[in-house]
Amino acid sequence: MRYFGRGHGACPGCGLAIAVRNVLDALEGKCFVANSTGCLEIISSQYGKNAWGVPYIHSLFDNTAAVASGISEALKILGREGEGKVVVLAGDGATADIGLTLHGMFDRNHDVIYICLDNEAYQNTGHQQSGLTPLGEATTTTPAGRVQLGKTGRKKDMVAIAIAHGSPYVATSSAVLPADIRRKVKKAASIEGAKYIQIHCPCVTGWGIEGKDVVRVGNLAIETALYPIVEFENGNLVTVRKIKERKPVEEYLKLQRRFRHLFVDPRGKEIIAEIQRIADRNAEKYGLDLKKD
Amino acid sequence: MMRVVRGFYSVAHSVKLCRPNVICAYPITPQTEIVENLAEMYANGELEKCRYITAESEFAAASILVGASATGARTFTATCSQGLILMSEVLFNAAGMRLPIVIVNTNRAVSAPLSIWNDLQDSMALRDAGIIQIYVENNQEAHDAIPQAYRIAEDRRVLLPTMVCMDGYKLTHAYEPIDLLDQSLVDSFLPPYQPAAYLTTKKPLAFGCYAPPHIYMEFRVAMQNAMERAKAVMNEVFREWAEVSGRDWGQHLEVVYPDSRVFVVSMGSIVGLLRKVVEELRKKGYDVGLIKIRTFRPFPVEDLKRSLSNAEKIIVIDRSLSLGHEGNLSIELKSALYGSSANIISMILGLGGRDIPKEFLEKLLEDAILGKESSGFKGVKDFEEVIP
Repeated sequence: MRYFGRGHGACPGCGLAIAVRNVLDALEGKCFVANSTGCLEIISSQYGKNAWGVPYIHSLFDNTAAVASGISEALKILGREGEGKVVVLAGDGATADIGLTLHGMFDRNHDVIYICLDNEAYQNTGHQQSGLTPLGEATTTTPAGRVQLGKTGRKKDMVAIAIAHGSPYVATSSAVLPADIRRKVKKAASIEGAKYIQIHCPCVTGWGIEGKDVVRVGNLAIETALYPIVEFENGNLVTVRKIKERKPVEEYLKLQRRFRHLFVDPRGKEIIAEIQRIADRNAEKYGLDLKKD
Repeated sequence: MMRVVRGFYSVAHSVKLCRPNVICAYPITPQTEIVENLAEMYANGELEKCRYITAESEFAAASILVGASATGARTFTATCSQGLILMSEVLFNAAGMRLPIVIVNTNRAVSAPLSIWNDLQDSMALRDAGIIQIYVENNQEAHDAIPQAYRIAEDRRVLLPTMVCMDGYKLTHAYEPIDLLDQSLVDSFLPPYQPAAYLTTKKPLAFGCYAPPHIYMEFRVAMQNAMERAKAVMNEVFREWAEVSGRDWGQHLEVVYPDSRVFVVSMGSIVGLLRKVVEELRKKGYDVGLIKIRTFRPFPVEDLKRSLSNAEKIIVIDRSLSLGHEGNLSIELKSALYGSSANIISMILGLGGRDIPKEFLEKLLEDAILGKESSGFKGVKDFEEVIP
């Protein structure tokens, strides 16, 4: 708790707080954090209640990758790059939607570890949809209504976007896999350039789950293949977290209030079937299923 | 060293002498040549201990400088018009974080309709951002303004972004003989940047905290206090500059013929033309003087009150307006002179690069002095407005 936590205001069970702690621990506090406006910023950076034990900057919602790029370049030119790594901590909305400056950071390949804390909606402001909100989820801006039943689009594939930019290291992880987060952050820190790690962070209020179910729900996202845990170096898939016995997506969906309408409304069946197809495609694309002899 | 150079080069050369650590910009007409010149210097190894970053937008350029400045680097960018407006979210933020970024704005009209030509509408839109705004009349003044801008911005009593505004094309692309500064002079005038607080793992600090209602106002009061303190700091810097460079550009104002009963007030490159026009009018026997406003933010209220205390008529030449109200400079001046009995005439002209011929301006001012011209747009063609 040396680097993050002295009185942060996250909800009990918040996946994001677990993820952040492990990121900072992996870097042993030798880092500069650039944080976008959002959940993490609000729970940690109130004036007089700063929860950070590392140098921290919050500028805006939409510019965190650029701010981090500036820190990275300034450290180099001032001969201070030995002080620590530059880390972006940004939400999924700040990453996939409004974060215009992410592609510039990738393009110029600044030495930054960009971490997307993916809780799959704008949770800080009360659960509005983002580009990383999955199909079918009811949010306050994609509610379950008579004409439209939750989000109609897909979850944006930021991993593919990062790889397409030529990022030397791209990975996913989950707040329920602390050792995996630490390993991947350390790996990213050992590679020069613009790295991208997307961490699935269960959100008790937005997802409509209880704090005690965070680990169970987070694990089910992995075990259903809805959240593939993968790792790419220079565009090549180097590791995947295999699934012993893949679970049907219903098991994951039914635990969460954000998907409840899919089990109530008769139209939900087709959406669940489509979500299952997404999981099946993930499993096939990344070879997630552990082959039995 | 006297050389005939174009405005953009006079700026780029001066920026180099200020030893910035991070330069980041996005090309936009007519600013582009400033950063092109800096890019060339960078490519040729002429910028020591400096990174030149090509950003993907003005928004990103300003954001990169927020990160760099907060890390303790001396930073520079240049932009105008749509670029300045695209930067605006970041610049308001940079001012609130008290980051001494120096910006050159090559004043250009804003869209729509699209115009690459000059007026002052772009920087006026940033009036309330907490950024110091200095307007220059010619390219020597632009050249000299850069080291002064860093001194002002980085002064611990100030710590605000500082923007030097120079007219697009009229100055940026004009050839003028410029006395290019020596490195040694700039080095002695502008010491290396010593940030008051910066991001370091040796002493972790948090920048950009959020402020609930119980504390937000105090941050804004602190910014206003810094602006007020900047008035005195700028006077010091302007005076010192006159001593070390031998060129005295005046203080927040330059007042020509201070005992006049009629004053023309304006800022930017048009002041050069107004000097000549005022001379002509004085030859004709008119008791008219000229006030050049150099500092628009902080607005030199006390200096204007003092200089205009005996004025009977004030003619404000505006090259921008607050649509739905009137010329921007006129609004400011009326507010500063509240309670004055002077007759203030507000003339808006030269928008989007509309030519301002000397004869036209002279007739306009003469008629205004004689009471035959009133406030409003000047030099507009007869046209039929289409109301669909």
